Amino acid sequence: MNVVTAARQKVLVAAVDWVVMPGEYWVIGGPHGSGKTDLLMTAAGLHRPDGGFLRLFGQDPAQLSEAEALKQRTRIGFVFKGGGRMFVDLTVAENIALPLCYHHGWSTEQAREEVQAMLELTKLTALAAETAHSLRPDLRQRVGLARALALKPEVLFLDEPAAGLEAGHRNWWRDFLGRLSDGSAFGAGQKTTVIVATSDFSLWHEDKRRYALVKDKRWQILKEHSEYPQID
Amino acid sequence: MSKILSAIKPADDLRKSAYRTYSNYVGRNLIDLYDDLHGMGALLLITIGVAVTKYDTAREIVHPLVRKQITRAGFRLFPMVVFLAAALGMVVIGQTVLMLNRYGAQTYVGTVMVTVVVRELGPLLAALLVLARIGTANVVELGTARAMGEVEALEALGIDPIHYLVVPRVVGLAISIFSLTIYLILIALFSGYLFAFLEAVPLLPGEYFRQLANALLWQDFVLLIFKTMIFGTLIAIVTCFEGLAHPLRLEEVSHATTSAVSKCVVGVVLLDAIFVVVYLVL
Repeated sequence: MNVVTAARQKVLVAAVDWVVMPGEYWVIGGPHGSGKTDLLMTAAGLHRPDGGFLRLFGQDPAQLSEAEALKQRTRIGFVFKGGGRMFVDLTVAENIALPLCYHHGWSTEQAREEVQAMLELTKLTALAAETAHSLRPDLRQRVGLARALALKPEVLFLDEPAAGLEAGHRNWWRDFLGRLSDGSAFGAGQKTTVIVATSDFSLWHEDKRRYALVKDKRWQILKEHSEYPQID
Repeated sequence: MSKILSAIKPADDLRKSAYRTYSNYVGRNLIDLYDDLHGMGALLLITIGVAVTKYDTAREIVHPLVRKQITRAGFRLFPMVVFLAAALGMVVIGQTVLMLNRYGAQTYVGTVMVTVVVRELGPLLAALLVLARIGTANVVELGTARAMGEVEALEALGIDPIHYLVVPRVVGLAISIFSLTIYLILIALFSGYLFAFLEAVPLLPGEYFRQLANALLWQDFVLLIFKTMIFGTLIAIVTCFEGLAHPLRLEEVSHATTSAVSKCVVGVVLLDAIFVVVYLVL
């Protein structure tokens, strides 16, 4: 993938040369405002790159028909930062049920079992009937995760999922994403490709992971985790 | 002399500059108007396309949303419509009947009622009421959703924001304005007669309703359906466009709301004028 990401005509990250293989666990580091979010959204196919080319699952999203693009989109999950962009007029359970009902044509009743499984997986069962207004941002972020996982995506992008959280919640996210990556989170052993953006490498420090850095508009793949620099 | 010239020259420059500034202002507004009309036209066509092609997609999600919009813009506004229709009937129609009676023109009551209430005031009032109560809420909700990134969240889940956010509002408002107009007309006609009856106008109910029936043409029914549906579609498209088309910051949502209301009022009145011409041609 060779992407030039731009927002409001301003190039944020230039000459990104990046290939993600199935099952990999990537940690993308960079200071605040370095363009990690735009890079992630572009890589997830939510924004178009201003230059270069982007291929998702070997296909150019711009060349796909509407049905093919929709199929491709459901293979990718995205967890937004700062509260996960939970739909405020829906409850936690309804937020999780929404993609299931929309894509499978299910009623809320038909989606109940899947929603329940997702609530248990993300430890949100007790909050199923709550709305966004009554939830703390860290829990909203977790609802964003459960909603993104509802369709069991093959690739999951997470934009600073643990930023601003207490140590306990940060560890939960790290452990959960680890289990998601090695296939032990879902019962069927489905391995998920995980791509995390962070402004602090230290939480995601582990041997099996791959690291890249976005800084001063430059994209750099780090060869070893021991190489990762202080971001700020 | 040079002093005079130097005194004149800046004034001249100022005038030119002011003229240029005014031209820029008018030009910029015309370009903005063109852009808005272009964008709203595109949104309308996309919405119609999505509504038709995805009619069967996610029925369990979208159909309840349509019902929710009808409840919000129709059922919940019903008490207000009853009040407005009763007031309209008594104040405007009752007075008109009284006036016609004073000049011995009771035979024109039906024609006046149909022209004033069925063709003009009914649809217009229902549309303005829905705009005030629901159109403004649409802009705030959608503008906030856009500002909070919920639209991007929908796209990330593979949910078409037009299908999920716009189509239910367009269908819901079109059906609601049509239904409210029917109730508004019926209640206004009844309350108008009630007022006239209380004022001892010598017009029997049978005669009043016979005049109404004679004055109503089949075109009135057809055009009433079209007019109210188009009013609803216009209000929904303009308010959705203002809420969704541009990336808004939270503090810009109020401006988008007032802008949407102005555009809707102008649009509804212009459409009403077009329908007057259609009535005249038919």
